[in-house]
Amino acid sequence: MEALKQELKEKIIAVLNLEDIAVADINDTDALFGDGLGLDSIDALELIVLLDKDYGIKLTDPKEGKHIFQSIDTMSSYIAANRTK
Amino acid sequence: MGKTYINGIGCVSAQKTFDTVFLEEAVLNESLNVLPLELPTYKDYISPIAARRMSKAVKNGIVASTIAMKEAHVDTFDAIITGTGMGCIEDSDKFLKAIIDNNEEFLTPTSFIQSTHNTVGAQIALGMTCKAYNFTYVNAAVSFESAVFDAKMQIDADESKTILVGGIDEMTDYTQRLFKLAGFIKNDEEGSFPILNSKSKGTVFSEGATFFVLENKKSTSTYVEIVDIEMVNSLEVSEVESKIISFLKQNNLEVSDVDAVVLGINGDMEFDNYYKSISESAFKNTPQVYYKHLSGEYNTASAFGLFVGSKIIKAQQIPDILKANAITKSEIKHLLLYNQYRGIDHSFTLISKC
Repeated sequence: MEALKQELKEKIIAVLNLEDIAVADINDTDALFGDGLGLDSIDALELIVLLDKDYGIKLTDPKEGKHIFQSIDTMSSYIAANRTK
Repeated sequence: MGKTYINGIGCVSAQKTFDTVFLEEAVLNESLNVLPLELPTYKDYISPIAARRMSKAVKNGIVASTIAMKEAHVDTFDAIITGTGMGCIEDSDKFLKAIIDNNEEFLTPTSFIQSTHNTVGAQIALGMTCKAYNFTYVNAAVSFESAVFDAKMQIDADESKTILVGGIDEMTDYTQRLFKLAGFIKNDEEGSFPILNSKSKGTVFSEGATFFVLENKKSTSTYVEIVDIEMVNSLEVSEVESKIISFLKQNNLEVSDVDAVVLGINGDMEFDNYYKSISESAFKNTPQVYYKHLSGEYNTASAFGLFVGSKIIKAQQIPDILKANAITKSEIKHLLLYNQYRGIDHSFTLISKC
């Protein structure tokens, strides 16, 4: 799980061009949206594509996203339980 | 009919054209056939969180427009009009590559959103919440002139008082490779790439963003008046002189009234004859200026030409690095800019001291 969290942080930084943020700057429990990393709705779309492309997870229910994308902890747990790649 | 004044200029180019007065730090580099940009510190102009999705063209456009607005002491516009030959080609490439690489699946929104030609004008407007007329002209080498023409018509007709006009183009590795294959960029093996009196085909390319605040009133920051602008799609070499004479005549001027001519010479031996035809005849006794050895060629490089022309009139001085001949004039009142690219998209711009 720790390796997955590390990988996820690296991918989020790369995909979302978070140039000034390092892996060490993102805590597992930090909020990804709002006050935490400050991501926005376009970033949410990028993360949905990331789950599909890299882990074979298709999100069909928008309500699910709100919970899944809360933090690195919630995202990695969801990926570990549902990944097909 | 109103008059159109340039009251602020911002430029990002292959030279240090920001935080300088007028090309005093310009460096002639004849060893490269694609000139790199002299980059500003983007963080001084754009928040990192906003900049992370922006391509070079967008960032350069925002920096150049911010400098122009600051100089003109203007923070709101009746119109934002941009010109670009190739638009945000970097994000267009990314988006198209993703379509191919991912077999038309997994398309992400960012590069698509940023890939339109109007992205620069849109981002500037978003940044200042400006809901006014916002238009982008994509007319190859007269894209910028089309934008100026639109702005001037709006000011002439008193439909707008303050307009932001800019020309933006960016270069990517992929475009560079294609341009080299097509022979638009001088052959790498030439080793040295002088522009004046070049004996080879192709030109030296680059990229840049140049913005102007145009207003219907003079201010303390006024550079020049844009008297007239005209575009012609196609001309023969032999027709250029008569075209210029008629353009000047409609502005009650003659060739002898022009105190300096700014030529878009780009070192392409196939097409620089257009400039030679007038520099050796009608304008042989006129100070001649060239600039693409400093800016490089790109579809909106003529915006850099207008930057140069405006600065010359304001400073009443032609820096040595821009001189194509040794003739001087005690006063530079009327200045003509002539540009074309590969024999088409000819533009004539007349600016005057005010």
